[in-house]
Amino acid sequence: MTTTTSSADQLPVLEARAVTKRFAGVTALDSVDFAVRPGESMALMGENGAGKSTLIKVLTGVYQPDDGDLLLSGASTRFAWPLDAQKAGVSTIYQEVNLIPLMSVAQNIFLGREPRNRIGLIDFRRMYTDARTLLDTYGIEVDVRRPLRSLALGIQQMVALARAVSINARVVIMDEPTSSLEAREVETLFSVVRLLRDQGIAIVYVSHRMDEIYRVCESVTVLRDGRVVQVGSLAEIPRVELVSLMLGRSVDRVQRSGATAFGATHSSDAPPVLVAADLSRKHQIDGIDIQIRPGEVVGLGGLLGSGRSETLKAMAGVMQLDRGSVTIDGKAVRSGSVPAAIRAGIVMLPEDRKVEGIVPNLSVRDNIVLAALPRLSRGGFTSRRNQDAVVDVFMKRLHIKASSPDQVVSELSGGNQQKVMIARWLAMNPKVLLLDEPTRGIDVGAKAEVQALIDELAGEGLAIVLVSSEVEEVVEGSARVIVLRDGSMGTELDGAEVTEQHLLAALAGAAEPMNSAPERPGEGR
Amino acid sequence: MSIAVEPSAGPTTVTQARRERLAGVLQGYGAAIVLVLLAVVGSVAFPTFPTLSNFTNIVTQSSFPLIVAIGMTFVILTGGIDLSVGSVFALGGVLAAYGSSWGGIVGGLLLPLVVCGTVGVVQGFLVAYAKMAPFIVTLAGLLAVRGLVLAVTSGGSNTPLITDPALQALGQSHVAGVNSSVVIAIVGVIVGTVLLTRSRGGQSVLAVGGSESASTYMGLPVARVKFSVYVISGLCAGLAGTLNAAYSSSGVPTVGVGLELSAISAVVIGGTLLVGGRGSLIGTLAGVLLLSVIQNLINQVGSLSSSVQSVVSGVFLAIVVIFQTVLSRTQRL
Repeated sequence: MTTTTSSADQLPVLEARAVTKRFAGVTALDSVDFAVRPGESMALMGENGAGKSTLIKVLTGVYQPDDGDLLLSGASTRFAWPLDAQKAGVSTIYQEVNLIPLMSVAQNIFLGREPRNRIGLIDFRRMYTDARTLLDTYGIEVDVRRPLRSLALGIQQMVALARAVSINARVVIMDEPTSSLEAREVETLFSVVRLLRDQGIAIVYVSHRMDEIYRVCESVTVLRDGRVVQVGSLAEIPRVELVSLMLGRSVDRVQRSGATAFGATHSSDAPPVLVAADLSRKHQIDGIDIQIRPGEVVGLGGLLGSGRSETLKAMAGVMQLDRGSVTIDGKAVRSGSVPAAIRAGIVMLPEDRKVEGIVPNLSVRDNIVLAALPRLSRGGFTSRRNQDAVVDVFMKRLHIKASSPDQVVSELSGGNQQKVMIARWLAMNPKVLLLDEPTRGIDVGAKAEVQALIDELAGEGLAIVLVSSEVEEVVEGSARVIVLRDGSMGTELDGAEVTEQHLLAALAGAAEPMNSAPERPGEGR
Repeated sequence: MSIAVEPSAGPTTVTQARRERLAGVLQGYGAAIVLVLLAVVGSVAFPTFPTLSNFTNIVTQSSFPLIVAIGMTFVILTGGIDLSVGSVFALGGVLAAYGSSWGGIVGGLLLPLVVCGTVGVVQGFLVAYAKMAPFIVTLAGLLAVRGLVLAVTSGGSNTPLITDPALQALGQSHVAGVNSSVVIAIVGVIVGTVLLTRSRGGQSVLAVGGSESASTYMGLPVARVKFSVYVISGLCAGLAGTLNAAYSSSGVPTVGVGLELSAISAVVIGGTLLVGGRGSLIGTLAGVLLLSVIQNLINQVGSLSSSVQSVVSGVFLAIVVIFQTVLSRTQRL
């Protein structure tokens, strides 16, 4: 596969030398060297917060380095704007598709450099032909006149790639390009990536997925805490060592620690603290019964659209119920009222941290005490001292890495933002903690910390409901797993039954017949 | 081992796709459809409505707000708003009168366009480069420019007259049976439409409104685009004010109060999304005419007091906005 073994002798097409970037006193990049050669596919790895995103933004002109140089084919250069980088042949594919949803495929590909006729007007016919030719090269069949938003995410990603490459790209930077793709779409993407590499285009590939890295990349640069800790050929670095480099932990410890950081799973014989009976809402969930005991972690399994998140929302009072009841210690909780649920001791960590959770412009302190303010204030006023006491406790206990409680929360890494969210709810002294995908989108280290925290909280008697798309997380974390099927109760796994095989079987049983068209969640039942 | 299945962003079924397309058509041409219906109903109900002189009156009265709304469409397409156009409209009229008194038609056109364009430049700079909120910047513009109008007309008591025959001719002559402002407005719609749909700059306007961050990442000159639309809007409002003054032979300092709101209404009724990214000048044309026709029909009833007229217009606007929202949701925008 590696047709470009000679690439090591070539001059790097893009190089960063001793690049340093600081934000409000925090050094995001500390004298980082990075180089990629024509036809080389370089993996850029590191935990969240290691500096990958910052480095990419420096390489693409979004940020200016505080110190150090950028070199383009050996010549010193400076990208004042993203446009400068693009003109120099450095293109970027972002995690979220960064195109204009309302415009057509062809318009998106040629935006800003549309083919024009003699009098300077856009020549749409030529634009459509060119777009079709371009997409054909990569085996993508799509009507180029259709608005982008009407296409599946995978196709949108390919359009973004086609756009990037067609701008005479010499370097294509891909930032977690597969995170929203289906398996089949990933294959197409990879074949395109190989095609590009064979054309002599340099690829910088950022991903958390080890499989992908080893499949499409030949070399790797590992960042940790803003520094380069390893540069080398992937063939010489085994996976375990790569993980250990990223985490900064020794190899044997990583091997021993298993897939997740959960210790013993927590079950309990105490009477249930939360009893939810017959939770129902039209088109979403139907007759869900759940009981949770103090100190117990109950997993809620199911495929997307099975009603997992909706069940949590019903219990947390976010979603109005048509039927059914939730009781805490035998007392009924008014349905459809978040304040009532919180007063009763039910709190929820929502799935989408950015939209439903953090308030990005507020400080760490404000984000933590936000929900607890009524409890910390007297007559509508709140004392900074009371707040600080609470904030201090949780920042220490959850190991929240922030320069100070005053740091704006959007500057923290995903894992630390998630911990701030958990702190917010723990500050309410809850009895029941509902977790919706608590480790999604956060790096390996933070993931382990969150998992260990769930363990610890259950050990202290908190009742926890865990929703996760990751099978091993549900299996290793939960004492019991309730599998939902199409909005209603499916199988329940208890004790020794909670294994990956059983869960997969239950999920597979819960799945719709394979040949039926995939449905959008909450529709068309 | 992830078991999550991402839902496709595409339409689930053919019927849904069809429904979305229908909603898109309704959003784009709804104003035109309602306009035709209303004209038919009005013609049947009021014998005085479908007359040539009444129609001439409607299109002439619509031409000034239409020119303002053309500029407003560009601004709203980028996701911005320009609240200053009413004041700039008045400023344009007053300066046209002053300019023509010493410089003839050249001064009468140059002075208002240069000053109103400069208002647009300042606002555009503050929004695009100083990254201030358009609402605040142009609200300040509304107040400041209205103050400027009063300052140059001795507190509004002085109404400068236009005596220059060439400028009068520009505002009052007829081309093919319609007032010259109507011709200028139509030319504006055509030129604007070509710019918007067939030029790189126009496509950038739509792109910036569609997704500002994506446009930045795609290397589009986002700031320049945003800057330009405020300059265009200032120029359009100044030109409309000039033509209106030429039409009435006087630069009345109190005109254009609330014009920004009817311009925004017309643009939104015309199917341009208030968040930007989609819309057309043909829609804006229909929106302006629709508002004028409603006004005209209310006058035809005759028994409605002027205060009730505003209520009817307001309720109608609310219905249209609700309708637009439903259509947007149907299309999952």
